[in-house]
Amino acid sequence: MDWWLLFEITVAGIGTGGLYALTGLAFVLIYKATKVVNIAIGEMLMISAYIFFALSAGMGLPIWLAIPGALLVSGAFGALVERSIIRPMLGEAPISSFMVTVGLASILVGLVELIWTADQQRLPEFLPNKHIQIGQAFISPKIFYGFWIAVLLIGGVLLLFRFWRGGVALQATASDQAAAYSVGINVPRVFALSWVAAATIAGVAGIVVGSIGGISSVMGVFGLSVLVVVIFGGLDSVLGALVGGVIVGVIESLTGFYIGGEYKLLATFSLLVLILLVRPYGLFGKHDIERL
Amino acid sequence: MRIGSAKQSYAADAALFDSRTQQAWLVLLMLALVAFPFLAGEYWLYLACLVAINIVSTMGLNILTGYTGLVSLGQAAFMGLGAYTVAILQARLGTPMLVNLLAAGVVAMVAGVLVGLPSLRVKGLYLAIATIAAGVITHFIFGHFSQLTGGSSGITVAPAQVFGIDLDSSFRLYWVIVPLTGLMLVGAANLFRTRIGRAFIAIRDRDISAAVLGIPLLPYKLLSFAIASFYAGVAGGLFAYFFRAVTPESFPLLMSIFFLAAVIVGGMGSVLGSVLGAVFMTMVPEVLKLIVSALPAALVGENATLVLSPVRTIVFGLMIVLFLIFEPHGLAEIWRRTRRLFHLWPFRT
Repeated sequence: MDWWLLFEITVAGIGTGGLYALTGLAFVLIYKATKVVNIAIGEMLMISAYIFFALSAGMGLPIWLAIPGALLVSGAFGALVERSIIRPMLGEAPISSFMVTVGLASILVGLVELIWTADQQRLPEFLPNKHIQIGQAFISPKIFYGFWIAVLLIGGVLLLFRFWRGGVALQATASDQAAAYSVGINVPRVFALSWVAAATIAGVAGIVVGSIGGISSVMGVFGLSVLVVVIFGGLDSVLGALVGGVIVGVIESLTGFYIGGEYKLLATFSLLVLILLVRPYGLFGKHDIERL
Repeated sequence: MRIGSAKQSYAADAALFDSRTQQAWLVLLMLALVAFPFLAGEYWLYLACLVAINIVSTMGLNILTGYTGLVSLGQAAFMGLGAYTVAILQARLGTPMLVNLLAAGVVAMVAGVLVGLPSLRVKGLYLAIATIAAGVITHFIFGHFSQLTGGSSGITVAPAQVFGIDLDSSFRLYWVIVPLTGLMLVGAANLFRTRIGRAFIAIRDRDISAAVLGIPLLPYKLLSFAIASFYAGVAGGLFAYFFRAVTPESFPLLMSIFFLAAVIVGGMGSVLGSVLGAVFMTMVPEVLKLIVSALPAALVGENATLVLSPVRTIVFGLMIVLFLIFEPHGLAEIWRRTRRLFHLWPFRT
């Protein structure tokens, strides 16, 4: 057993895990505030990566302009989605809003294939590409910096939740909607806010993921792993998304190396089935799933 | 409520088709279905068979999603299991078609119960995500157990034989597929007049009340999974005989979304809805094909078929979203509304 190799693979897994955690955070944000299970999270991530692609490679904007531009468009897109297809489903059965996001995912994949074709594209390089060396382990610079971007952003979002008025309003809405209404919080606006924030966070994740592995119309598969992450951590737990992200990242990386790349998804989903059977509310989720 | 349809016996009250008009239309429909293969061309027969297969699978998913309220994104996976069962049995053992189809249903049924098992602990959306896992895992099995499944190149299926006749054209398959579809539809319609079907509906409407009424939830949910997967398995078996080849890529997640869309578009919790939804959703790509080929080349670019697949994906998604927002009860409700209009004409409801 080569311990440095194991270390290297584990660190790569943690790096990917950071991105899972980031996307998981976006998912949890929506779920906490609006109780919508957004299966289109992977596709939202994809669309942001493509917007970045269009702005930087297509329109030739410099990177420092293209990234905020792409995030702005992603945020606006989140607002549009919330207003046009999620708002009308308010008060319907949770299954209905879930299926609306299934439809949304399908629409986004189709749009991307229509505009940019299904072929894989490369995002312009913007992360430093000098290899990082810890001891004898080499770490891909993109994953390394991607991980730190994820950590910084997650930290920022958590601070915002704690100290910003909007973030506190979001927490209030998540814990009790009726009470939030009665203390004067504009709950529909909080819903919109959560979608905008989630779309923006997913946008960052999308740009980083895209710059690591290239972008294509099947990027949404990343979202499937994120679903496993959030179920692992508990649908409504931010901490769960973070821990779950890292664990799933490491598991995928280890199976990918020691067993074979095609076993990655199998490992993730076997984990999912196991968790659903043993601990369906996840590591840190609320135990309010009825056993029916 | 129709006027002048007083029932004098329980049998009359419970009949599937209770009025003369309905029976007359039914006979007409059957005559049309019998005459169809002699009048229609190869392309329309192909479509008819495809529609019939999709109807079976949609009906199955509707039992699960529409009647029992359990969302599944694994219908394509169960179809795949059925298709592979048929392909393997046909290639290895050469057992007769109906036996193969039955086996396909049973294999899918067992898988369905396994996937449904998490409903012991979770419900609703968690379960939907577990069914995605079913899709991923079956795709892996199809791709990697090459000894049995032929790996990524799949299996070619020899034409089915019934009474020594090779069922190698749409025309011949039609006579097997369509009656079988009819049988399964009648079966589904009858299911909801039994205790089991009523129990499904009770669980959908309010699971706690259902449990209070003495319906053991887990067995009934598993049963619903089993029946839905059985339908999917049979549909998959027909799929294998119809396309005569199965590969791991034949049953993508998009196909599960297709069936979910068909259920929503047709109308959740309605046998008629399953039929309408499956017909509608199968015809949409064909209509799109016509539209795209009719558009001027300057608009679609040089390669029209390249545009077709993404447009289809978009339209599937749009159908789900628009129907959920504007017509949650689907085409079946539009049908009922139209019928009511004629019943009461010239008065309005």
